[in-house]
Parts: sequence; C-alpha cells; structure tokens
Amino acid sequence: MKKFKYIIIGNSAGAIGGVQGIRKVDQASEILIITSEPWETYSRPLISYWLQGKVKREKMHYRDPSFYKENNCRIRYNTSVEKINPQDQTMALADGEIIGYEKLLVATGSIPFVPPIKGLPKNLKESKSIFTFTTLADAIGVKKGLTNDARVVILGAGLIGLKAAEAMVNQCQSVTVVDLADRVLPSVLEDKSSDIVKKHLETQAVDFMLETSITEIRDKEVLLSNGKSLPYEILILAVGTKPQCTLIQEARGDIGRGIVTDHHQETTLKNIYAAGDCTQSLDISSETQKNLAILPNAFLQGEVAGMNMAGEEAVYDQAFPLNSVGFMGLYILSAGTYDGVAYETQTPEQYKKIFIKDNVLKGYIIIGDCMRGGIYTDLIREQTDLSTIDLKMLITSPQIMAFNQSSRKEKLAQSH
Amino acid sequence: MKRVYVNEEWCLGCHLCEIQCAFANSGEADMVKAFNNSEQKPLARITVEDGENDIHFAVSCRHCETPYCVKGCITGALTVNENGIVQIDDTRCVGCRTCILMCPYGCLTVGHNKTLLKCELCVENLGGEPSCVRRCPNNAIVFEDRDGGLL
Ligand SMILES: Cc1cc2nc3c(=O)[nH]c(=O)nc-3n(C[C@H](O)[C@H](O)[C@H](O)COP(=O)(O)OP(=O)(O)OC[C@H]3O[C@@H](n4cnc5c(N)ncnc54)[C@H](O)[C@@H]3O)c2cc1C
Ligand code: SF4
Ligand code: SF4
Repeated sequence: MKKFKYIIIGNSAGAIGGVQGIRKVDQASEILIITSEPWETYSRPLISYWLQGKVKREKMHYRDPSFYKENNCRIRYNTSVEKINPQDQTMALADGEIIGYEKLLVATGSIPFVPPIKGLPKNLKESKSIFTFTTLADAIGVKKGLTNDARVVILGAGLIGLKAAEAMVNQCQSVTVVDLADRVLPSVLEDKSSDIVKKHLETQAVDFMLETSITEIRDKEVLLSNGKSLPYEILILAVGTKPQCTLIQEARGDIGRGIVTDHHQETTLKNIYAAGDCTQSLDISSETQKNLAILPNAFLQGEVAGMNMAGEEAVYDQAFPLNSVGFMGLYILSAGTYDGVAYETQTPEQYKKIFIKDNVLKGYIIIGDCMRGGIYTDLIREQTDLSTIDLKMLITSPQIMAFNQSSRKEKLAQSH
Repeated sequence: MKRVYVNEEWCLGCHLCEIQCAFANSGEADMVKAFNNSEQKPLARITVEDGENDIHFAVSCRHCETPYCVKGCITGALTVNENGIVQIDDTRCVGCRTCILMCPYGCLTVGHNKTLLKCELCVENLGGEPSCVRRCPNNAIVFEDRDGGLL
C-alpha cells in the first residue's frame, strides 16, 4: 500500500488553498491530489465566461499549469475516492486501490441539487438537452447544444442560473428564467435591490417567470405550475447546490449544514481536515452555522487547513457571506447579514443599503458603483466597534477618512 | 519589504501623486500626450482622500501580509511575487470585482478595459522608486521598510 504524508481530495479552490497552506510550512513532502475531474485546476466561476466566449479555455486555469510541479504535487485525474477509513488512515479509490495518508484534506466541494421533477431523465449526464451548470463538463455539454435558434429555459434565478442566462442570452433565440421565489437572487438580495437586477436583465432580453415552478419535464417542453408550458431546446437546472459530505458522513464524522470542522478546519475525525463548499462555517455576522459556497471562503479555509496539516497552528474564524457578481455591466457587491438598522441610498449610479446592529456593521448591498466596497467588508470581518468611526461619512461612501486618526495611521503608516 | 507609507500631517492635498501615478502607468513618455488622449484618460492607482480641517492623505495598495484580494480572486489573476509585491495579470482578470469586495483599504480601480488596476510599486513601468513617492512635493509619501515596526 502506498502511503502519503498529505492527500487532498478535490482540485479546486479549497484544494489549492490546501497546497499553498501546506507549502507555507513544509516545502519538502510530496502532496497527492486526487480529483474525479479530468482537468488541471480551473476557476469554476469562469465556466459561464467561457460559455459566453469572454474567456478562452487556456485562461480558465485557477493556477498556472506549472503550479503542481513547483509545489511538488502528484495528481491523479479521473479518480474518485470511494471511502475513507479513519481508523487505519486509508482510503479506497474507485479502481479498488487502497492508499494511506498521514493528513487528509477533504475539499470535495458541492454538487448541484436536482429537485425531483416528474419526467426528469434517469441519467442527466447523458442528456443532450437537460443540464446542471457547475462544472466545465456541464458547460461543454451546453455549448454543444447552443444554437442561434435554441430556446433556453433555466430553472433557478440564483447566482448560477443568472450567470448561465447572461452567458447564453446573446447566442440563442430566448432565455426564460423560472423560479419559485418572488424575486431574483433571493438568497443574496432583498426586494428592492432584487428588482433593480431583474429590470436590468429584462432590458437585456432575459425573461422571467417568478413564483412559478416546473411541474413536469417532457421532451422539448416543460409544464409549469401556472398551467402554461414552455418549449425548450436547452433546459438548465440551477436551483442550488449542496455540500458533498458523503465520504465524511460514511466515515462517521459530524455533518451539519456541511462537514463540521473546528476553527483549524479539522473535522471530528482525527487527521482529517475539510475546506470549501463541502463544509459548514460559522457566519460571524449572524452567529449561525451556514454552508457558504463561495470561492474566497474555500481558498481561505483550505489555506488554514493546509497550515495545520503541516504542523503550524492557524485559525479561520472570520467566515461570512460574500458576493461579488456582475450581469451585463451591472455589478453587485454584498456581504454579511441584513439585520439591524438599515441605511438606504439611491442615486442614478448606485443603490446602497447598509445594516448596523449593536454598533457593528452587519451587512451591506451595493449595486452599481462599487468602488472601495471592501472597506465595508473589513468592518464586518473585524466586527469593528463603530463608536470611534464617523458614521455619516461612512454611510456616504466607504473611505478611510471615516476612521479616527490613530486607526488611519495604523492602516496607512504601519506594516500589514 | 519596502512599502509606500503616508504621513497625513504632511499631505497638502494637491493630488499630484494621482497624476504622477496615472502618467507613470500610461505607457507614454510625454505627460501632455498622456493626458491629451482625452477618450481614455490614464487612471491612477492611488487615491487622495480630502476631509474636513484640511486633512488629506493618499491611499494605495498596502501589499498586505494577508492579501485578501489575492486569496479571494476567483481566477488567480492576483498573485504575490517573490518580493512580496501584489501584482495583477490583466490577461486573466475578468473584472468580477471580488478583489474590490475583499480589499480592506479600497485600493483597486476598474480600468478602461474593465480589468482591475492596482499599485504594483512601479515595478511594471518605470522601475525603481514608485512615482508617487518620487514626485510628492512635501515628502508625505515615503517608500520604506517598516516591517520591524514604526521607529
Ligand atoms: C457557475 C458558477 C459561478 C460561480 N461564481 C462564483 C463567484 O462569482 N464568486 C464566488 O465566490 N463563487 C462562485 N461560485 C462558487 C465557487 O465556484 C465555489 O465556491 C468554489 O469552486 C468552491 O471550491 P471547492 O474547492 O470547495 O469545491 P469545488 O469547486 O466544488 O471542487 C470540488 C472538487 O472535488 C472533486 N471531488 C468531489 N468528490 C470527490 C471524490 N469523492 N473523489 C475525488 N474528487 C472528488 C470534484 O470533482 C471537484 O473537482 C460559482 C460557482 C458556479 C458553479
Ligand atoms: S489590494 Fe488591498 S487587500 Fe490587496 S494587497 Fe493591496 S491593500 Fe491589501
Ligand atoms: S476583478 Fe480580476 S483581479 Fe479582481 S477578483 Fe476578479 S478576476 Fe481577480
């Protein structure tokens, strides 16, 4: 049996964070990466940019192809891990091979949630007209079926559904987005902000059918809850994703809204760490456990996991929701939790809403001009006491001037 | 490492550093030419904030030890080079603005071609000392190594 000091399952943001974290501490020991996908690491968000024709395939890589060699990583593509045995620190691969680990990072990410709809084909992967949209393989499948006269129906007005709509709307006959919610981006935006985004997309020829669900999928046609039907050549199922926790669950590790870890990213199983979309995180802005399926979180967790795996204590305890997304020239920044006293402003260039509770910035939404928005994000991250900050200035625009002189000096005249 | 530090007591609020930064990154050798190209005025990677009571200071990338922009970048366009300088590869940036969302200091700007611009300490243009530092008339911006703490 082969044995490795470090094994990482997955090859995306969480896994790459893991490699970089390990290498901060241990430059020598080989790292084995195992991934069920056939490609070098790529940026998952870029699948919609690629489909749109905005990014070439060779620019989709999340790290330079030289990354693996430079970091002494061995990689096994097209290989799924079937089972982890934490007692003897081994794992079984799909081809039957057993390999051993000293430290393991599970960065298995998330998989699309496919709702049980009447008529759904048994094997989605073989369908030439019905797709989920989370992997490069999905995007390649969609591209094959995308013609100028294709009618596209997308189930789900969340981030992935709308990114898919943006990518396709100028390359096909029509795009209709169907969602049970009464607004677009329901988990990221509120009524008013959501309406701004919806109107913008409508002017770009994306159609919406909200408060509607698909009741049956037929060949080239879906039936809707309102009694109508929609013809389609391409149907995208993008109602959401769910954390991929099976390996840890079967090994009897704790699962909540994802794999449970401590703030060293170690799971409840010794020497097994987890990072990224597959985990549960404590959202500091709402003090609740959440599954935060966002790329920065995956990388940050992976890095902390890697450092701990290599023996240096590192802590990740600053998780909270973060989103930055653009749809056809309209940009949205959002962070934290929408709780507390709200300060809302609207100009032709920008819509903004900030939430303050117990003298701490809890969350914000900015649509349009989002310059310097990260100054707000940092107040959430650090849970900064706002009593020393000029609130009026801060609400007007994110600026360092709103801080008192000593914090300004700390920020601009000291090392970071 | 050597970084750009500002001293707000000395800043006059003249905004010259912004102009020098934009010029240094314009690729033009002649300032008049750089700014007369009126369709696409060169953009600065440094911002001067002006407050009440004559308080002014310039803000540019801190080249953080924990660079949230780099860690959050969805494409890998942002990297830390061997000297600790946080750089951006504009052939890989897709303008998603995640780095704007992540940066605690508000130091990234959207460029004319929609990719992001940031201070790279003038290593990609003139070389040597950053232009803002060199041209500040009152030494309110300095290029120093303060890693051991402020003396
Ligand atoms: C279209 C789209 C747009 C997005 N846009 C944004 C955005 O703008 N901003 C943002 O922050 N986030 C965005 N996201 C989310 C972001 O892509 C994820 O948060 C990020 O990829 C998570 O990284 P990860 O490493 O946790 O997991 P994943 O990227 O899901 O990767 C997990 C990997 O593990 C592999 N794997 C799983 N199980 C096994 C196994 N048993 N054996 C071997 N390998 C296995 C999988 O094949 C996969 O390669 C977007 C996602 C999509 C789909
Ligand atoms: S852009 Fe912002 S987060 Fe990134 S290194 Fe510079 S100051 Fe730090
Ligand atoms: S805007 Fe560019 S540099 Fe910034 S996070 Fe997105 S891809 Fe990275």
